[in-house]
Amino acid sequence: IYVGSFTEGPGYKDVIERAKSEGRELTKEEKQRLRKEKKQQKKSKEKKDDKASQDGEKQKKPVSSASPAPQPPTQAPTQKGDSVLHLSSPPVSRDCNQSAVSPSAPPAVPAPVPVPASETPPPGDKPAKSKAELKAERRARQEAERASKQGKKGEVGQQVATGKPKAPPSELQPVVKRLPEHIQVDNPEVLKKLAKKLERQQIPLRSDYGYKVSLFSHLHQYSRKAPLTQQLSIPSTVIHPAIVRLGLQYSQGIVAGSNARSVALLHAFKQVIRDYTTPPNEELSRDLVNKLKPYISFLNQCRPLSASMGNAIKYIKKEISNIPSQCKEEEAKSKLLTCIECYINEKIILAAKAIAKSSIEKISDGDVILVYGCSSLVNHILCEAFEKNRKFRVIVVDSRPRLEGREALRRLVQRGISCTYVLISAVSYILPEVSKVFLGAHALLANGYVMSRVGTSQIALVAKAFNVPVLVCCETYKFCERVQTDSFVSNELDDPDDLIVTRKGKTQLEHWQDVTSLGLLNLVYDVTPPDFVDLVITDLGMIPCTSVPVVLRVKNVDQ
Amino acid sequence: MPGPDKETDLTERIEAFLSDLKRGGSGTGPLRGSAETARETTALLRRITAQARWNSAGASRGSSEEADQQESLHKLLTSGGLSEENFRQHFAALKANVIEAINELLTELEGTTDNISMQALEHIHSNEVIMTIGRSRTVEAFLKDAARKRKFHVIVAECAPFCQGHEMATNLSKAGIETTVITDAAIFAVMSRVNKVIIGTQTVLANGGLRAVNGTHTLALAAKHHSTPLIVCAPMFKLSPQKTPSISLSLHMRFFLSLKVATFVNVHCPVFDYVPPELITLFISNIGGHAPSYIYRLMSELYHPEDHEL
Repeated sequence: IYVGSFTEGPGYKDVIERAKSEGRELTKEEKQRLRKEKKQQKKSKEKKDDKASQDGEKQKKPVSSASPAPQPPTQAPTQKGDSVLHLSSPPVSRDCNQSAVSPSAPPAVPAPVPVPASETPPPGDKPAKSKAELKAERRARQEAERASKQGKKGEVGQQVATGKPKAPPSELQPVVKRLPEHIQVDNPEVLKKLAKKLERQQIPLRSDYGYKVSLFSHLHQYSRKAPLTQQLSIPSTVIHPAIVRLGLQYSQGIVAGSNARSVALLHAFKQVIRDYTTPPNEELSRDLVNKLKPYISFLNQCRPLSASMGNAIKYIKKEISNIPSQCKEEEAKSKLLTCIECYINEKIILAAKAIAKSSIEKISDGDVILVYGCSSLVNHILCEAFEKNRKFRVIVVDSRPRLEGREALRRLVQRGISCTYVLISAVSYILPEVSKVFLGAHALLANGYVMSRVGTSQIALVAKAFNVPVLVCCETYKFCERVQTDSFVSNELDDPDDLIVTRKGKTQLEHWQDVTSLGLLNLVYDVTPPDFVDLVITDLGMIPCTSVPVVLRVKNVDQ
Repeated sequence: MPGPDKETDLTERIEAFLSDLKRGGSGTGPLRGSAETARETTALLRRITAQARWNSAGASRGSSEEADQQESLHKLLTSGGLSEENFRQHFAALKANVIEAINELLTELEGTTDNISMQALEHIHSNEVIMTIGRSRTVEAFLKDAARKRKFHVIVAECAPFCQGHEMATNLSKAGIETTVITDAAIFAVMSRVNKVIIGTQTVLANGGLRAVNGTHTLALAAKHHSTPLIVCAPMFKLSPQKTPSISLSLHMRFFLSLKVATFVNVHCPVFDYVPPELITLFISNIGGHAPSYIYRLMSELYHPEDHEL
C-alpha cells in the first residue's frame, strides 16, 4: 500500500507516526520495509565510509593528476541527484567539495541499483577500482571483525581459565562428572561403549544373569557360577596373572570386605610393578598408567569396585604420573613400591590402631555390645579392648544369605570373648539387653550417609527406637565424594541363586526362573541416614556424621 | 449312654491333639495355621460336649483340661441364665445349647478367610507395591482375591530361619502376581518404595498389639519411619485377652548352626515378636476394619468379663 510513497526525507517516520496516531501496529509490509530500510542505511553508511575513503583516495588522485579533477564534481551532482531518493540524509562534510555527498545507500529497494549506476558513468577503471576496492575493504573489515570476535572469545576463555585456578580448587569444581557405567545398565549406548572399550583392551564382557527386579534394571546382576576367568585364555597375554587371580577371588567371594579387598588390590599392583619393564621410547609415568587401565576394567567386570579401592587406585595413578621423567626405571619402581607400602601402613594399619585407641574409651565394663556381620575394623577394636581387660560381652547379628557373622563369631570366640548369636529378625527381641552398637562401614558419603552391608540401616533404625547409641567405625580413606539418599540408585546385585535354601526337605525356590512373575533380590549394600548414627570414629578423631565433607575438603587441600 | 470305649477313644483323641500342638510348636511336626488349630479345637470340644455325661455346668467346668478359650466359652454361654456362681442347678437343655453355640462358632470359623478376602479391593489400588513377611494364609487369600481385578507388586520378606516367605512367594506368583523375594536384612532398604505393608499375625492382644512372627517388629518400625500404613489381617478368633506377652511365650530353639564354636555360644531364636499398637494402622477382621484403639471393645464383646484379666 505504501510501496511508492517514500519520496521525501522523513517519509517513513511519517508512516510510523501515522500508525501510532491511528493506534495500530505497523502492517507486515511496513515492518518489512522498515527492516530493509535499516539494512540499507547500514550499507549506505559502509559505502559512505568506503566512498569517503575512496573519495579521499580519489581526492588524492586529483591532487596527483589533473584529469580526475573534474570527476568528483561530476560525481557529486549525480549523487546529488540520487539524494532525492534518499530518505534520511545525515550530512557528511568530508570536504567542501563533497558537502553534498549523501550516504550512497538508498533506502528503497530499487535505489541500490542507481548507486552503482551512478558510479558507472565516471570513467571505467575508476569505478572498477572502486568496486574492487570496496569489496576488498568490505572483506577485510569482515575478517577484522571476525578476528576481533574470536580474540574476544579467546580472551574471555583465557580469563575464565585463569579464573578457575585462582579460586580454591575445592570450591569451584565442575559439577558434571561422567556417570559410572555400572549404574547405567539400562542404557544401550553405554553398554555398547563399554563393549567396545573392553574389546580394545581384550577383556571379555560379562553378561547379566537371571530376571532382574524392575526397580534395579539399571544395575548389573551376575552369577557366581559363571566367573569371567572362564572366558579368558590361560596364560593370558593381556592381564597379569596376579590380577587374574585377584579377580577370581573377588568374584567368588573369597576375598570380601572393604579393607581386605583394598589390601589385596594394592599387593597385586605391587607385583605388577615389580614385573614391569618400560618399553623403549616410552615414559614410565605414562605407560604404566596405561597398562593399569585394562587391569582395572577386568577387576571391575569381576566385581564392581568399592569406594576404598577407587580411592587407592586414584592414589596410585597420581603417584605414578608424578614420577619425574629423568628418573631411572629401578629407582622409580622402588619408589612406587614404598609409596604403596606407606599407603597401606598409614591408611589401614595405623588408622585401625588409632581408631581402636579412641573406641576403647567408649567401651566400659559390663557393656553389652552388638555388632553386625564381619567388619575387620570392629573385630580388631573388640579384640584390643578385650586385651586391655575390659569386661564386656558381644552379641553378633547375622543375616542370610552371606552369613558373615559366623566368621566374626569364630574370631571373637577364639580370643575368649563371650558371645551370643542371633539372626537379624531377632534384633528387636535382643536389643533391650544391649548397651551399645558398633557398626563398620563400606564408605561414608559426602552427605553424611553411611554405606554399608545391607541390614546395617535396619539395625540402626531399631537401635534408635530403643535409644541405644550407634557408633560407626570408618577409616578416612573410605570417605567418598558421592552423595546418595536411597539404596536403589547405586548398589550391587549379588547372585540371586544365593537365596535358594532347602528347609524340611523342600526347596521352594528351586525353579524360580521358570515362573515369570517371580524375582529374587539379593542386595549387597544399603545406606543409613545420618540421624540414626550417633558418632563416627575415624583416625582423625570422633566426628558426627555430617562432618564428612569437611574431612574431604581438608584432605583435598592437603593433596 | 456312651460306653467306656468311647471315653478312652475321647481321651486318646485329646492326647493326640495336645501332642500335635506341642510338636507343631517345636518345629518338628507340621506347622499349623491358626484357623486349622481353632477349627480342630472347636470340633474336639463339640465331641467332648456330645459325649459328656454332665448336665450341669459345674461338672463340665471341673473336667475340662483344654485351652483357655474353651473354658471361657462355657462361661460365656452359662453366664446368661445364671446370676452368681450357682452352677449346681440342673439345666436339661444345657448340652444342646452348648453344642448349638459350638456349631455356630464352627461355621464362623469356616467363613473368616472369605470374609476378610472380600474386603481386599477396598484396600488395594492398582500399581501398588505391597510388602509382607513370612507366610500367612489369610494374607495370601487376601492378595489373591485382589489380584483377580487389580495389578500390583508384592515384596515378600523371607523371614529366616524357616524361610516361610519362599512358599508364600511361590504361591502368589503362581496366581499371577508380580512377586519379589528379599532377605530380612533388606527390609529397611526397600521400604522407601513400598506403599502398604500387609501382614498376618498369630495373636491380637487386648491392647491392640500383636504377637507376630519374628521380624515383624522391625518391619513395623521401618514402616513407621517411612509413614507407610501397616495393615493387619486377623480374624476375630485370634483375639486374646492378654495385654502383653511375657518373654516365656516365645519358644526358643537351637538354630541349626554347624559350628565348632556352637558349644561356647548362646544362640537365641525367638519365634514371635511383640509389636506395640502405636505402630499399627488398621486391623482387618471378618467383621470389618478397626483401629487398634477399638480392639479392647471387641474383646469385651467376645470374652466373659471374668476372662479379661488373665
